[in-house]
Amino acid sequence: MINLTIDNTPFRVNKGTTVLEACKQAGINIPTLCYLEKIQAIGACRVCLVEIDGIKDLVASCVMPASEGMKIHTNNNRVREARKVVVELLLSEHEGDCKTCDRNEDCELQNIAHDLGIKELRYEGAKAPRYQDHSTVGLVRNSAKCISCRRCVTVCTETQSVSALFPQSRGFKTTIGPAFGHGLNTVTCVQCGQCAAVCPVGAISENDQTAEVWAALDNPALTVVVQTAPAIRAALGECFGMEPGTLVTGKMTTALRRMGFDAIFDTNFSADLTIMEEGTELLTRLKKALVDGEQVALPMFTSCSPGWIQFMEYYYPDMLPNLSTCKSPQQMMGAMVKTYYARKIGKKPEEIFMVSIMPCTAKKFEAARAEMNSSGAQDVDIVLTTRELGKMITQAGLDFQSLEDSKMDAPLGLGSGAADIFANTGGVMEAALRTAYELVTGRELPFENLHVAPVAGLEGIKEASIKIEGTLPAWSFLEGVTAKVAVVHSLGNARKLVERIRAGEAEYHFVEVMTCPGGCISGGGQPRITTDEVRKKRIAAIYAEDEGKTLRKSHENEAVAKLYEEFLGAPLGHLSHELLHTKYYAKERI
Amino acid sequence: MNKESVCAACSCERELDQEQLVDRLNEILVEYKFKDGGLIPALQIAQGLFGYLPEHVLRHIATEMNKPYSEVAGVVGFYSFFSTQPRGENVIKVCLGTACYVRGGKQVLDSIKKELSIDVGETTSDKVFTLEVARCFGACGLAPAIMINDDVHQRVKPARIKQIIAPYYANKLEEA
Repeated sequence: MINLTIDNTPFRVNKGTTVLEACKQAGINIPTLCYLEKIQAIGACRVCLVEIDGIKDLVASCVMPASEGMKIHTNNNRVREARKVVVELLLSEHEGDCKTCDRNEDCELQNIAHDLGIKELRYEGAKAPRYQDHSTVGLVRNSAKCISCRRCVTVCTETQSVSALFPQSRGFKTTIGPAFGHGLNTVTCVQCGQCAAVCPVGAISENDQTAEVWAALDNPALTVVVQTAPAIRAALGECFGMEPGTLVTGKMTTALRRMGFDAIFDTNFSADLTIMEEGTELLTRLKKALVDGEQVALPMFTSCSPGWIQFMEYYYPDMLPNLSTCKSPQQMMGAMVKTYYARKIGKKPEEIFMVSIMPCTAKKFEAARAEMNSSGAQDVDIVLTTRELGKMITQAGLDFQSLEDSKMDAPLGLGSGAADIFANTGGVMEAALRTAYELVTGRELPFENLHVAPVAGLEGIKEASIKIEGTLPAWSFLEGVTAKVAVVHSLGNARKLVERIRAGEAEYHFVEVMTCPGGCISGGGQPRITTDEVRKKRIAAIYAEDEGKTLRKSHENEAVAKLYEEFLGAPLGHLSHELLHTKYYAKERI
Repeated sequence: MNKESVCAACSCERELDQEQLVDRLNEILVEYKFKDGGLIPALQIAQGLFGYLPEHVLRHIATEMNKPYSEVAGVVGFYSFFSTQPRGENVIKVCLGTACYVRGGKQVLDSIKKELSIDVGETTSDKVFTLEVARCFGACGLAPAIMINDDVHQRVKPARIKQIIAPYYANKLEEA
């Protein structure tokens, strides 16, 4: 332990603590901009300045290790004035168009300026270089609002191992982006939006498509159908000042209905459908390998996360056969709404406008992929992020917190608890195991409360193995087999695992990959800023939603069973193949 | 640092066509590929070979060295030594370090701009000269200084610019 004083009060902190962390433990919040807990501490923005006795200059507390006997001053005139000047200088080059900025009232720079009591801009200077990037459907960048904090660079490079963004040029002319001011479409950006999720200002955001949805809702010729991903219900409340992890499924449904959507369906339904298809696909691959002695690509990787799909297309095109051919739940829903449901209500696919609410910016890209049109029209027309939905609810004048709860519509509004947990890392694997194990053995998955504890939680790479015993006759080839599975989240971890598999250092049957750290609950389209604390709260809410249901296994979803009976036939059948499965394309790395 | 890597305006490789230059680059990259800190020397050598760093060369280096293209471009943009624009046969660097600036470096620069009708970072239409500014060649005692290729010219007066650059035109004529 280290003894130090902060603002004349003695404190004890662990060795290795930074001054910023020590102050936080002492209940003092020091303003920060470039700092991102556990991800980046580089002392670049200079907002976190403190005074330390014996050191002439003020120091950036985020990178200063605490030491024995240190006397820290966080709140004297010199410190306050210095922080103010730092922020005023940032504002002097910032495109300060707060009124019309996407981040108005949700901006870290604006908040800090307010907290520091900046009432006038004393410095007038040249503005930061201005260029805008609208080259992708998922993300929009505006360099004039960028404060060069480098959070996005670190997340893109270290967390995601994609490195689409890097500081270009130097000094005042520095911009953050791909080479030579090109668009994100010229690099291996997978549009995961983690850059947008950590941006403290309005420099990177999702491509706002709310206007197109309002237009569709106003168009009497269109039947406007909406689906909501499981991760939304644990985060949307944050857009209205509610605690992270507040479940708002019922209020969200009411809001969507009041906004004028004709049918409100649950991506949970198609997550259950995914489990039926993907589980069958896995068992088929295993049968081919173990019984027929055929060459099949194993391990099989999950395919729900569009950022991960693009990552494979760019970096490991030779392993595309390892990806499950299942479309993501979003796209399965789109295809089912514009075929099965369309037929039920007597509409043509083009008379239906399909909107998705997703925690994700890459889903915008996925929906726009040329091959995602198996209904004859584009299966999903527009994808909105959680944040965009939050804005639309506000625009609709709805007082979200006081809305009553209501239920989603039949038949595609029914989802199991297994589908809920698709929202977080380990969830797809757990859902798949709940169904596959029971299908093969006739018995329930032998884990407490059906939770596969070894693959839950925020550890980067997780593994589990399950010995299959007492199989039903049809699956006797799996008797005694130890099924080995792995779960990874964030593309950096995915890359590590893929490299291990390629080097022959690890062997699995089935691997779940989610692009974002923690899974979809902290996707690029979720309310900002997502720390591990927020992740844990959202995950807890998702598990609570699962445990609160009687229906907790995908294969027990009656609406899914009815869909097979009335329309699809059987999992991996001809129609499933046409509508629910897809192909992947090797892409040149640029 | 070998001569090849520092001589941006070197004409000795000019006879090689683009394909041969890339082959040559590949031979050199073998040495730097897996070296920590190998990117900057590789870029220097590439600039020596091609005269500047065209995008296709940068992409090639990024792929070969397994580095993100954004990072390679970021490094190129950070150091003023690297140029992504074609450069003239002769590169004039005007020192605007403190001593040279105080003793009239700025006037020297203006005089060159006027004489060649180009701005900083540009190349004359006949591709004979490229104009750049620099910070200190270590010739402060003889300020203001300029460099043309490897030659340092000291105590330069704006009025003498025409005279200083004339021989470089003469070289061009001789070659012709």
